[in-house]
Amino acid sequence: MPDPVLSLSDLDARYGDFQALYGVTAHVEPGEVVAMIGANGAGKTTLMRSIAGLIRNAPEAIRWKGQAIGRLRADQVAALGIALVPEGRLLFPSLSVEENLVIGGQLKRPGPWNLSRVYDLFPILQERRNQQSTSLSGGQQQMVAIGRALMSNPELILMDEISLGLAPVIIKQIYEALPGIVGQGMSAIIVEQDIAKALSVSARVYCLQEGRISLEGRSDSVSRDAISRAYFGM
Amino acid sequence: MQVTRSSPASRAAAVIGLLIVIGLVAAPWWAGRADLRLMGEIFLYVSLATLWNLLAGYAGLVSVGQQAYVGFGGYAFFALTMLAGIPILLALPLAAVAGALVAIPVATLIFRLRGAYFAIGTWVVAEVFRLIAAQTPALGGGSGASLSADIVKTLADSRDLREAIAFWLALGVMILTVGAAFLILRSRRGLALTAIRDNELAARSLGIDIWRTKFFVYVVTAGMTSLVGGLIFLQKLRISPDAAFSANDWTAFVIFIVVIGGIGTLEGPILGTLIFFALRETMAELGTIYLIALGVVAIAVMLKAPTGLWGLIRARTGAELFPLSRRVTGLAPMSRK
Repeated sequence: MPDPVLSLSDLDARYGDFQALYGVTAHVEPGEVVAMIGANGAGKTTLMRSIAGLIRNAPEAIRWKGQAIGRLRADQVAALGIALVPEGRLLFPSLSVEENLVIGGQLKRPGPWNLSRVYDLFPILQERRNQQSTSLSGGQQQMVAIGRALMSNPELILMDEISLGLAPVIIKQIYEALPGIVGQGMSAIIVEQDIAKALSVSARVYCLQEGRISLEGRSDSVSRDAISRAYFGM
Repeated sequence: MQVTRSSPASRAAAVIGLLIVIGLVAAPWWAGRADLRLMGEIFLYVSLATLWNLLAGYAGLVSVGQQAYVGFGGYAFFALTMLAGIPILLALPLAAVAGALVAIPVATLIFRLRGAYFAIGTWVVAEVFRLIAAQTPALGGGSGASLSADIVKTLADSRDLREAIAFWLALGVMILTVGAAFLILRSRRGLALTAIRDNELAARSLGIDIWRTKFFVYVVTAGMTSLVGGLIFLQKLRISPDAAFSANDWTAFVIFIVVIGGIGTLEGPILGTLIFFALRETMAELGTIYLIALGVVAIAVMLKAPTGLWGLIRARTGAELFPLSRRVTGLAPMSRK
């Protein structure tokens, strides 16, 4: 087994007095797609934000290629090559589509991703590149959010509920783009409500329940029963 | 298809703007002394409003204590000319540098505060500055100081020429501040600033160092506000702690100007200044009623046009005199794939 790029050990995360994660231990291998499932409020978004540095944690709880990064600021984490596609997309409404993408690339990390690669992946964005980002449809906005994260040439991309609020046909389109993204050795953690979708695109799956990991397994061999037990705690 | 930032309106504005600037440079030959002074004052208010707008409208730093830097700049200018004997035209940029340097420790301190606490913190800093000025005997303490005639005369012998030079300096500083704001906003840093304003969380996760970006804007703004401060008190020839650190004159009126003109646009502060001076010149004799009228105008604009009057104009016509956003021209009917 290769060394993991990301390892979480005994991660407790809190918002003020409220503790959202309890002793989460997990890892991601190079080039691996890991799915993170769980009910609403289980702590999935907290976990993503912790990794991205938006929530400060104990330094040792999160390691990136061996380096303790739990206490780094979000911009420092981003510079190391971890990009977040945030829940709800959070585009910059005052900026055009292209400016949203350009700002994603302002870290100038070397790598294969640039404006033209993103436009190859999502051709519709090239047509719309001078429009205000908020004038796009939900699916196109999600493409901008993914493209913006890719522009920083990350080694790990965190996708938080990228199908939220989108029509099934659009979700299918976006997930069809996924192999083109992770094909070149990029790792990914995908938070997804649709369990079947999550299992079909990932190699391994973790389930969170009330802030704790309740299941870990290979996506192609984990049973429906085990998942519903881990999901609902029954 | 071509992508450009400029539009016919912005190109026309550039030509008209240039003509206006040429006309203004020549103003000492066609305008009276009182008009020159009024225009100089307008230029300095445009500068203050542009700087406050950069701070609050773009960097999200709502300071109610910018009088700290107006006063600091004024006092630094007086100290440099009176105590150190530095020529006036050199003392002005030095006052700006001093203001930026002082802003570094101040920013390190008040950037620990957020939102309303930050605003209060800026005010406290301004009060501290005022008290320090009032406790400095070398600069006249509480009663203030006047720039001596000897120093004033080094600028020029004749009074008309001095007035003209002060006018040109004010015009130059206005062009400098508006130009600097324009260039900052067009730069990569400006894009980052806009992104931070739109969504701080997303900006942070994209690797934008929020603290450093805001710090840069705060320090640059402080330096340029100090420059304006130096110039204001060169025109007044007299400085006192209450005048130099007046929250009303250097912050409340400035916020009024930016809010009614349109926060977060470069055109807004210019339009707002013109409206402010139109109100002042027509109503100032009415005393308190004038201040009440200002309040009523501010409330009405905030309720009816939260994006300010320029926001209203832009929404109706799409006009943009400073080409900041990109637009597409020559777009053929697009074929969809």
